[in-house]
Amino acid sequence: MGSGWVSPSEAKVLNHRVIRSDTRAMEWFLRSSAILVALALSAVILLIVGASPWDAFALIFSGSFGSSAKLAYVMTAWAPMLLCSAGLVVTFAAGLWNIGIEGQVVMGAVFATGVMQALQNSLPPNAVLLLAASAGFLGGALWGMFAGGLKLYGNVNEIFGGLGLNFIAGSMTVYLVLGPWKRPGIGSTSGTEPFSPSLWLPAFKGFQVSPIEVLIGLVAIVLMAVVLRGTYLGLQLKAIGRNQRSAFLMGIPIGRRMLFAFALCGGLAGLAGWVLVVGTSARHNLFPLISSGYGFLAILIVLLANLSALWSVPISFFFAAVVMGSLQLALQRQLDSSLGGVIQGLLVLSILMMQGLRSRLLPSKKR
Amino acid sequence: MKVELKDIYKHFGPVPANDGVTLSVESGTLHGLLGENGAGKSTLMKVLSGFLSPDRGKILIDGIPVRFFSPAQAVVLGIGMLHQDPLDFPALTVMDNFLLGDPSRFRLDRQRARSNLLELSAQLDFKLDPNAWVSNLSIGERQQLEIVRLLWMGVSLLILDEPTTAISSQQKDKLFAALHKLTDQKKTILFVSHKLEEVKELCGKVTVLAHGKVTGECKMPCPTEKLVEMMFGQIITVGKRSALPLDNSVLDLSHLTLNDWRLEVKDLSLQIRAGEVIGLAGLEGSGQHLVLKASAGLIRPKAGHIRINHTDMTGRPYHQFLEAGVTYMAAGRLEEGLIAGMTLTEHFALMERHPPFWVNWALAEEIAAQHIQEFKIRGQPTTTVEELSGGNQQRTLLSLLPPHSKILLMEHPTRGLDLESTEYIWEIFLNRAREGTAILFISSELDELLDRSHRILVFFGGRVRVLETPQVNGIRLGESIGGKGFES
Amino acid sequence: MDLSILIASVLAASPPILFAVLGETITEKAGVINLSLDGSILLTAMIGFVVALKTNNIIAGFIAGMMTGAFVALIIAFVSLTLHQPQVATGFVLTLLCRDLAYVLGNPYAHVPGPLVPHTPIPGFMDLPVIGPILFDQNPVVYLSLFAIIAVWAYLFKTQPGLKLQGLGERPAAAFVRGVYVTRMRYVYTLIGGALVGLGGASFSLMVKPGWARPYGIEGTGWIALAIVIFGGWHPIRAAIGAYFFVSLQTAVNLFQSVLPNVPTQLFPALPFPLMILTLLLVTIGNTEWMNRFLSLFPEKTQRLLARTLKTLQTSPPASLGTIFKKE
Repeated sequence: MGSGWVSPSEAKVLNHRVIRSDTRAMEWFLRSSAILVALALSAVILLIVGASPWDAFALIFSGSFGSSAKLAYVMTAWAPMLLCSAGLVVTFAAGLWNIGIEGQVVMGAVFATGVMQALQNSLPPNAVLLLAASAGFLGGALWGMFAGGLKLYGNVNEIFGGLGLNFIAGSMTVYLVLGPWKRPGIGSTSGTEPFSPSLWLPAFKGFQVSPIEVLIGLVAIVLMAVVLRGTYLGLQLKAIGRNQRSAFLMGIPIGRRMLFAFALCGGLAGLAGWVLVVGTSARHNLFPLISSGYGFLAILIVLLANLSALWSVPISFFFAAVVMGSLQLALQRQLDSSLGGVIQGLLVLSILMMQGLRSRLLPSKKR
Repeated sequence: MKVELKDIYKHFGPVPANDGVTLSVESGTLHGLLGENGAGKSTLMKVLSGFLSPDRGKILIDGIPVRFFSPAQAVVLGIGMLHQDPLDFPALTVMDNFLLGDPSRFRLDRQRARSNLLELSAQLDFKLDPNAWVSNLSIGERQQLEIVRLLWMGVSLLILDEPTTAISSQQKDKLFAALHKLTDQKKTILFVSHKLEEVKELCGKVTVLAHGKVTGECKMPCPTEKLVEMMFGQIITVGKRSALPLDNSVLDLSHLTLNDWRLEVKDLSLQIRAGEVIGLAGLEGSGQHLVLKASAGLIRPKAGHIRINHTDMTGRPYHQFLEAGVTYMAAGRLEEGLIAGMTLTEHFALMERHPPFWVNWALAEEIAAQHIQEFKIRGQPTTTVEELSGGNQQRTLLSLLPPHSKILLMEHPTRGLDLESTEYIWEIFLNRAREGTAILFISSELDELLDRSHRILVFFGGRVRVLETPQVNGIRLGESIGGKGFES
Repeated sequence: MDLSILIASVLAASPPILFAVLGETITEKAGVINLSLDGSILLTAMIGFVVALKTNNIIAGFIAGMMTGAFVALIIAFVSLTLHQPQVATGFVLTLLCRDLAYVLGNPYAHVPGPLVPHTPIPGFMDLPVIGPILFDQNPVVYLSLFAIIAVWAYLFKTQPGLKLQGLGERPAAAFVRGVYVTRMRYVYTLIGGALVGLGGASFSLMVKPGWARPYGIEGTGWIALAIVIFGGWHPIRAAIGAYFFVSLQTAVNLFQSVLPNVPTQLFPALPFPLMILTLLLVTIGNTEWMNRFLSLFPEKTQRLLARTLKTLQTSPPASLGTIFKKE
């Protein structure tokens, strides 16, 4: 499709033309009003379905922070979101829309499951887990490069390539779960034979979250932030994202760097897939839809974080809280848990609008 | 239809593109508008055709002041413009292009339009196939289509913007014949061009623009020297070239044929030696950009060879040219050189030829500060490039050039710079030339071309003439750019 | 199986995708991408059903669906055409948001039986051999869908405003010179396209797949519709062919399920998607530089044959798709 699409990083530049210390206040004002608008609209939606907004928000809050068990749940949802966000920050920096991230998560889970099934009886558990993690990274990275290859050599826009690959990954999962990897006797879409507890990530006693999964997520974010700010690779990716033509004229190998970005993001997404199989709140097997939409949510998170790796940390925590909290809505109130998604979507939409309003209303200054 | 422009003033930024232009075009005449690039011709025509509104000034049609705010409104009043790249729809057919925009009816009557199209074309001796795809037409044919369409829409003043840039001489003859027929029908033609010879051949009266002002008017016949003087002003030449260059051939173009959608540079052979400075002259779109881009490895020649230091580089990718020591600097500062949104420090970091894994930001900032001082860039290492003024962006681009290149290819290196900066920059270039770097640069400043180059390549419609600078003066150069000496 | 009955059932199942594809073709022809299809189809399906249920009026349901579709399209138009934010971002967010909204708002109405579009065969015509049952033994929505294909085609290629629409997406600068108000028309066509998408969504819940549920079962169809638009080369007839092809595929898949019991049933609905990538690949790959170089390796005659086949398959988008129009 046309190359006239404004990439996210270009949009960021267009929007950031006006950043000066004196307009910082205006920035904060616009951001806060966007958040308020989003919350207000969510309240309206709640009223429409006959629920009380206060009640619903309180329920979400208590659903995520009400007890230590719930907080642990939130953190287990946080981990895969952190990993996906870390990866997306890289692809967004290069100006790419990696919609295929869901499929990359799934392939990571598939590869991890495969390795674990093959080796679970022949190697000590820690070794199996480690190898599974590497396999997960590899699976996601390959799937990511697939999307990149389609774009670079087939001229297929990465959005549609990624989407198609998402569906293929999903189909493969269904096939595996009902076919070669099916549970002996039963064979249903509830998934493969669950792994024994020795292959679960160890959790704290009393606080059901594994430090490993959260740590991996945070480390990934920090690493990606470091890569983008401190390495030549990161600098070159940013150059590509901002102005592909100038970057090319400077001698930066565009194709290779883009493939690298896809591979890195895919790898991190694949790692998220591994976490979804072995993590604390996992069902410890492979099942269809294992990615649970975390990949797409991560896109929203990174958009909301204005493509910043560090801001993705609190925002993804917030999103994880909303996701977990809104499960309570379905359990206790007859409300659909997608309300969490509504809040998240409204937030990103409001921020997008505010960004647009700001760059249109405030004049850009030039020296 | 008599059209008058009175005291038109239009500015973009501090320098006015049109500075009080007054011009009067009599009905039924072929009036020429002559001027260099940057003289203000295109701005004036955009004002007249409705694309822009003047900041000050009036437009009168047959003595009555009119105001219009869009090209479509101008057409309604009878003013239509044929653009250098005709504003048509390549993805549609000739017939549909003809029809699009006709306000008369809702349902498309292709039959009626077809007969109108063929009739009008026949009148002007044009041959247009209504079913052809416009993308398959030559530029000349696309022009013909647009002229016919504008006439059908009832245009009485036809503005032609550099129409002969990319058409064959046969098509040019056809066009001129058609224009004469139109004036016989009492239509008025405004012929905008930089080609002296053609304007002399075609028009009855010429107005010359330079630096946004009218520098003179002339009724044909009018001597070329007078026109050149009005276009370029006084030219003082003082030779400031480097000493006689060394002998080895650094860049060797042999029988090079290049083309793009507009024109073709055929069979160009040229040898450039180390330390030589070559100026590429000629007005926009005459082929000089093609040659420069081909020498940088950005476009593949259709035929011929490019050798750098006796190695055949034809068809090799751009990054191999970079490794061979070629440096290319494009004209679009923010489009093809700098990266908006990144700071000066980041740009200097990116230019690192063999970068390590980690960026040494302290070092990069130091380098940036050094270059800022050296090139007198008004900015900080932390300034983002889009915040710089145009002149400072140019300085930045130049400061980013790698210290040792074998061949420097530059498009308009001193555009937008004041005299002092230009002197300073050329000092740097001369030093490089002394060290053996060959320099090819495109410029539209005659004095720069004459002062600095050992040889000047003048481009006109894809053809090239080589002039040795000791034997050329400003008048000759101006004439050459305008097309003299290329007839054959 | 009787072939004409098979074709008739394909026709009966096609209106939702047809309307969505036609609508998006119009929008993209004007140069705007409405990426929210997957979500807006769900949302408009839900709203169409609920409104029809509550008012006991099917037409009201369809109108509600259309208005919802137009409203979502309005958001995209506003954020991209006026606020200059990237269309892809807005579209993507709206995809998720509309889907979630549909689930939340539609929750109370899941598995509730509701009104259906009545079957209205045209007497006399329906007894014609072969084409009778296919074309004239359907319901009003199907007739409308057939009419829509012809209407869109006629508008685009036979009227002045339709011609301007083609020009608008191809070269807004040239259209502007010819008197087209670029931004205004882009708004209009985006809204019209959105309304058609809404019509398609409502056709799901009031006809093809009556009622509402969570998940509804058509998740992913919007993405397929977007791909069909590309495959259809932004031409209404070719796009309609693509839509019918897809629906035939789905129908065939349902048939094969009963024939091949060993292959898991859940696999089948997902089959069209990899095909989608393949077709996308086919229609865009000819435009790449390396393909041109690859072809030049072949002898002259084969080269021309290959090039010609590729060329007919190739589609290229309206040149200004996704870009912002600035007057100078």
